Amino acid sequence: MSGATLHTQHQPLLRSDSAETDATLPRPNPTRFSLPRWLPSLSRYLSPLIALLTWQAACSFGLLSTRLVASPLQIAHTGWSLLQDGSLMTNLEVSLLRAASGLSLALLAGTILALISGLSKLGEDIVDAPLQILRTLPVLALVPLFILWFGIGEAPKILLVALGSTFPVYLNLHKGIRSIDPKLLEMARTLRLSRLQTIRDVILPGALPDLLVGIRFAVGISWLMLVVAEQVNADNGIGHMMMDAQDFLRTDIIFVGLAVYGLFGLVSDQFVRFLEHRALIWQPAQRQGGRT
Amino acid sequence: MNVVTPLRPHTADHDVPAVSIRGLSRRFGDGPRILDRLDLDIREGEFVALLGRSGSGKSTLLRTLAGLDPVTEGSVSRPKDVSVVFQESRLLPWKRVWKNIVLGQPDATREHALRVLEEVGLSHRLDAWPLTLSGGESQRAALARALVREPLFLMLDEPFAALDALTRLRMQTLVSDLWQRHRSAVLLVTHDVDEALLLADRAVVLEEGRISLDLPISLPRPRRHADPQFERLRGTLLRALGVHDN
Repeated sequence: MSGATLHTQHQPLLRSDSAETDATLPRPNPTRFSLPRWLPSLSRYLSPLIALLTWQAACSFGLLSTRLVASPLQIAHTGWSLLQDGSLMTNLEVSLLRAASGLSLALLAGTILALISGLSKLGEDIVDAPLQILRTLPVLALVPLFILWFGIGEAPKILLVALGSTFPVYLNLHKGIRSIDPKLLEMARTLRLSRLQTIRDVILPGALPDLLVGIRFAVGISWLMLVVAEQVNADNGIGHMMMDAQDFLRTDIIFVGLAVYGLFGLVSDQFVRFLEHRALIWQPAQRQGGRT
Repeated sequence: MNVVTPLRPHTADHDVPAVSIRGLSRRFGDGPRILDRLDLDIREGEFVALLGRSGSGKSTLLRTLAGLDPVTEGSVSRPKDVSVVFQESRLLPWKRVWKNIVLGQPDATREHALRVLEEVGLSHRLDAWPLTLSGGESQRAALARALVREPLFLMLDEPFAALDALTRLRMQTLVSDLWQRHRSAVLLVTHDVDEALLLADRAVVLEEGRISLDLPISLPRPRRHADPQFERLRGTLLRALGVHDN
């Protein structure tokens, strides 16, 4: 609340400072109280911080049962000791590897399928309809089937991640390929580019912005799939660590797992944004660093 | 499918047509003929301006010559090495200017690109992203991309229509200079009668898929609007296009 008011008070100050000097406008009084420039951005985090402090206080004064909700300090402490004894890192590595393998498969499958259906009418007839039908199916409902088919090893987990994240890759890339400016394709013909050159130099780069949007969705979905896959049948991974903790009523460990998943999501999203920024450098909006 | 037959590569003989169109007809579905048994020759090194109102078949003719539309009725022969410049530059926005210029030319290097960009006065934008170019600069780059292929036949599809008046004048001078130097056969599709008279050896007016006027322009170059001969030809062309100024 107080963060919001600080923010709005600060805005006009900034504006009159940066505006071209106008003689009729009163100059801002230098002695007047003004916040340093970095403070408004910090004030965004004020309310989560207050929530955290309240949570800690509620646990410390016994208002919340620590059996149901671990205190933030306890969670931090557990997180640290899990890091120290190496169990967090081991589980993290396993989970990361599953997510990365699944995503790579999804990227490969989604790209190939989108190329087949995006580049020819026949391909679209063959590929698009089954994928659209499959897409409406809740992929998580396939878990029992996947266990029956692929056992309880790595395969069902990776495939579940791959299946879930193939759809956003396929759908977005397909749309990207279909919406390429036909004038550029005509140009490619007058320059007598081969089919392969046209795909490499015109079609794929033209569809890249859409593909990257698809990848962002795919990354999000891959975490979702991973959580379920690791909680249903697994003997390692972050999800397994959390299920294990449930048996021993260790809410602190469960919260550490949640925090790790949250961090995963945040970092991977930032990573894809970074990729976007690098790969789409030719777009004016990217060079100004504005696009969100 | 495409029956544009390549002519022998290069002959010094100026009477040999670089481009030869015989009985070319084109219609879409059961509609009227867009092109109606059209005959047209363009000699080597000749600059021909193609004028006509919207829907007269100009674009269809150019697309057929560029190999974008198939020849279904009649015959077309043209050199193998052709280049097209469209009204929009059609540069790939994700490739830097020089990469756009050498696109599809496996042997062409950055040096090649630099050389043609110098010719069109754009060497300072060698590494620029196409979306940062102005309209005039984009068309210069498109011209450079056409030139690097050393075409025997160059097609210009209203290349200056989207430019402002001053830039257009500068581009017309540039095209005139480039043509004097390279002497490829040129077909310029335009709405602009003055442009045709400034640049072309011959103005061809298309009407309902047929050539209604084939007008040689034998004015000395560089040409001036103030020339009374220029004025007379202008009147002739405008009348052929259905514009009567009293």
